[in-house]
Amino acid sequence: MIAGETPLHRSLGLEDDEYDSIVATLGRVPNRTELAMYSVMWSEHCSYKSSKIHLKTLPTDGPAVLVGPGQDAGAIDVGDGMAVVFKLESHSHPSAIEPYQGAATGVGGIVRDIISMGARPVALLDPLMFGPLTDERNRWLFEGVVAGIGGYGNCIGVPTVGGEVRFADAHSSNPCVNVMCVGVARADDLVTATALTPQAGSVMVLYGAATGRDGIGGVSILASATLEEDAEVSRPSVQIGDPFAEKLLIEASLELIATGLLEGLQDLGGAGLSCALSESASRAGMGARVDLDAVALREPGLEAFEVLTSESQERMLAIVHPSKLAAVQDVCAKWGLASSVIAELTAGDRLQIRSHDEVVADVPARSLADDGPTYDRPATAPAPPPGDDPTFLPFDGDVTDALVMLLGSPSIASKRWAFEQYDQLVLGNTIVGPGADAAVVRLEGTLKALALSVDGKGRFGRLDPYLGAMHAVAEAARNVAVSGAKPVAITNCLNFGNPERPEVMWQFIESIRGIRDACVALGTPVTGGNVSFYNESGDSAIDPTPVIGMVGLLGDYRLRVPSAFPRGGLAVCLLGETFPELGGSELAEVVLAETGGRPPALDLDREVALQALLLGAANETLLQSAHDCAEGGLAVALAECAIGAGQGFAVALTGDLPPHVAMFSESASRAVVSLARGDEERLRALAADHGVPLARIGETGGPRVVIDGLVDVTVERLADTWEGAIPRLLGAAV
Amino acid sequence: MTAAVPRIGVVTFPGSLDDRDALRAVATMGGEPVSLWHAEHDLHGVDAVVLPGGFSYGDYLRAGAIAARAPLLDQVAAFAAVGGSVLGICNGFQILCEAGLLPGALIRNRSLRFICRIVTLRVETAQTAVTRGLTPGETLQMPMKHGEGQWVATPEQLADVEEDGLVVFRYSSGEGIVDDVHNPNGATNNIAGVRNAVGNVVGLMPHPEHAVDPDVGPTGGQALFASLLEAALEGSPA
Repeated sequence: MIAGETPLHRSLGLEDDEYDSIVATLGRVPNRTELAMYSVMWSEHCSYKSSKIHLKTLPTDGPAVLVGPGQDAGAIDVGDGMAVVFKLESHSHPSAIEPYQGAATGVGGIVRDIISMGARPVALLDPLMFGPLTDERNRWLFEGVVAGIGGYGNCIGVPTVGGEVRFADAHSSNPCVNVMCVGVARADDLVTATALTPQAGSVMVLYGAATGRDGIGGVSILASATLEEDAEVSRPSVQIGDPFAEKLLIEASLELIATGLLEGLQDLGGAGLSCALSESASRAGMGARVDLDAVALREPGLEAFEVLTSESQERMLAIVHPSKLAAVQDVCAKWGLASSVIAELTAGDRLQIRSHDEVVADVPARSLADDGPTYDRPATAPAPPPGDDPTFLPFDGDVTDALVMLLGSPSIASKRWAFEQYDQLVLGNTIVGPGADAAVVRLEGTLKALALSVDGKGRFGRLDPYLGAMHAVAEAARNVAVSGAKPVAITNCLNFGNPERPEVMWQFIESIRGIRDACVALGTPVTGGNVSFYNESGDSAIDPTPVIGMVGLLGDYRLRVPSAFPRGGLAVCLLGETFPELGGSELAEVVLAETGGRPPALDLDREVALQALLLGAANETLLQSAHDCAEGGLAVALAECAIGAGQGFAVALTGDLPPHVAMFSESASRAVVSLARGDEERLRALAADHGVPLARIGETGGPRVVIDGLVDVTVERLADTWEGAIPRLLGAAV
Repeated sequence: MTAAVPRIGVVTFPGSLDDRDALRAVATMGGEPVSLWHAEHDLHGVDAVVLPGGFSYGDYLRAGAIAARAPLLDQVAAFAAVGGSVLGICNGFQILCEAGLLPGALIRNRSLRFICRIVTLRVETAQTAVTRGLTPGETLQMPMKHGEGQWVATPEQLADVEEDGLVVFRYSSGEGIVDDVHNPNGATNNIAGVRNAVGNVVGLMPHPEHAVDPDVGPTGGQALFASLLEAALEGSPA
């Protein structure tokens, strides 16, 4: 090595001690191709090296769990021989550089995770976070990401049924693009490591798109480092999507599984063939002999390391017994997909890769796939965020103005501008689409339905990552419960800054502790997830934002509860209790510009009781509507209930809190419900049984929103503000 | 004696997406769904054909352009030529226009964005295989979801379409008012669907197959499928 020159392993993102460990494993110095493979497989993105010791502490067992973490996606049993497969992932860094393709290929990648489990993808949800829309670049990112999600998702026949969009300053340089996919399979068809037992002599068939130079080093260059000023130079590391090929891949893969032709199936995502080959072989407890010359290329002249690390999209790797090879290739041909045999499983553990009659790599499959480094990185609590707790500051504003400001704040305002660009309906099972507390998707051919919600609480997380994470889990579960569904299990996408900074690591560890405690209390195990580190650039890191993807089950979708007030003459009740808690609230952020303080407390016993009450009341058909009280507090929740179906109301505030606190405090474990007057006694009794405070605060009716002599405006005015906010910021027609 | 059950074929092209939904809608409305494959040269003796929504061949080149040249389209054209009922939905409508079986063309929405929302359609004629059970002026609710659904035509074509009564549906308000406020994609004269001269071939951008099951949305598509099933049995469009 020439003095002063950066050694190759470092420029590929490997640490010196990681390099030494590779040398020790191989008993020799790795060649360039091998080094490239290790650099992608041992990247943060693929190896979870900074997070895995902490992820192990999450609860993963439960009666409904069929497949827990460690597979392409988790799976739960929903009865009737059906399994639901789901996973949440990020594609933030590619989207920050090229928003359309970054978001599009994010959708493609998560969909392949679901099909590689043997499930038909039936729903997509997109939690997104951007900087303020007053900035032109943020508008470009938001418009590009939404167009990319639609452009890809709409072409593959999977409905986008939900998601959320939040705006915060820290996301100007670091937009977060998370995508959740949910699939349905016959439990017998689940493709997992334990279900299938390939033998030596079985072959690996690569099918789908050809391999090109796109996305090389995506996981190591883009996903495992911070984005800096010159991020545009990374644009060639962003993959390019072809949704038409993905649709064919879905149909071909599901036909291969349904006809029992496969011994294993693996998607090609991050780290490309390096990952698919090593994981498939390692999972089978074998090695493989690989012929790189058999890989169909988009252009001639790719070097071995490029073929092995390309992240070209829309490819799958199947393990096939030789007796079934012809049938497998027939199915691929029927769907117009190229397929080629690129490897053979061998006894032993060597992944031996040949190209042009030369061995270009010869490494233990397991060392690439499973023996990556593990770090217990130092963690230090940062100084508490500056600023006062807004809860106890004097408030001399007008509460009506504050309510209007909050409804027009992009994080709370209607996201119709985005959702309308998504096909919400294909497959014909969308009972409740985007914009509700939870999406409701029928399990075809049954009366059952899934209730799905994605939630992140970045602002609470900044003030207290433990509480922020607990709130995210609790709110996701509450969103499912207000719909009348039982929360069953979660997946997650953990969006954080640079884990090499002790403050970020502390936020991460605290967040994991919060997820763990909330999931244990709520009985919703973690079936998998994804860690997205390095969401920072320069001095600006995102708030610690674990996004929770909750899957709930409705036994009979006819018992689902809508969120909006359906008609006049109903009693309006607040379930739960309001405390003086404005820290981290929308009021504090949008109206008071006061970012300090403490987030609301979360008493998990109260949360469990509230959700049990909501489920019980839904099953007894007592509720005409139910809506979670979250961002913007009681006043915004009530306004949303009114806007949904154009139904006004008049309520009084109870208790002795100052009006702005009673209206906008974001205390947890609350819901606004409406019910027929004749059902009030039964709900009161049920609430008493569960120990949940219930206050009858008013009635629905009329065209106006009336709050205790403080607010008296038309529903129409609030609806215009709420509906028009984002289109106005984008300069688009409503 | 039990009533005969019409057999309704739904063509799957590579990239078709709403084919399963169309098959399900046929079954829901009492027909026998028959899945047809684009690469075959055989309609398997079906009584009517539905070209479903989606992005056939990725809609690369132009929406519907490649599917319009698929092997099975020769059979569909021959079937239509002898009076067989053909319904094109969304991408199916685009295919029928590209194949020259229906007038006009579909270009990108006025907003240049994909739009998924529930719309109201005013029925303009009962002289078709899918509106024979309806009355002109009636309104129907169903979803639309497309990026390229703005119907356009040359001035001569447009004059012919309007004068010959080939407009089947227009986007409208719930009260049947046709104006620009109720035009979601900029379609010329709010045209959402058209027919051929005989009325046995109809295409529309909105999705009647997503509007037959009250559990998942409006039910404005029921009457269209009911009409299609009748026409299929009788072998005549209206």
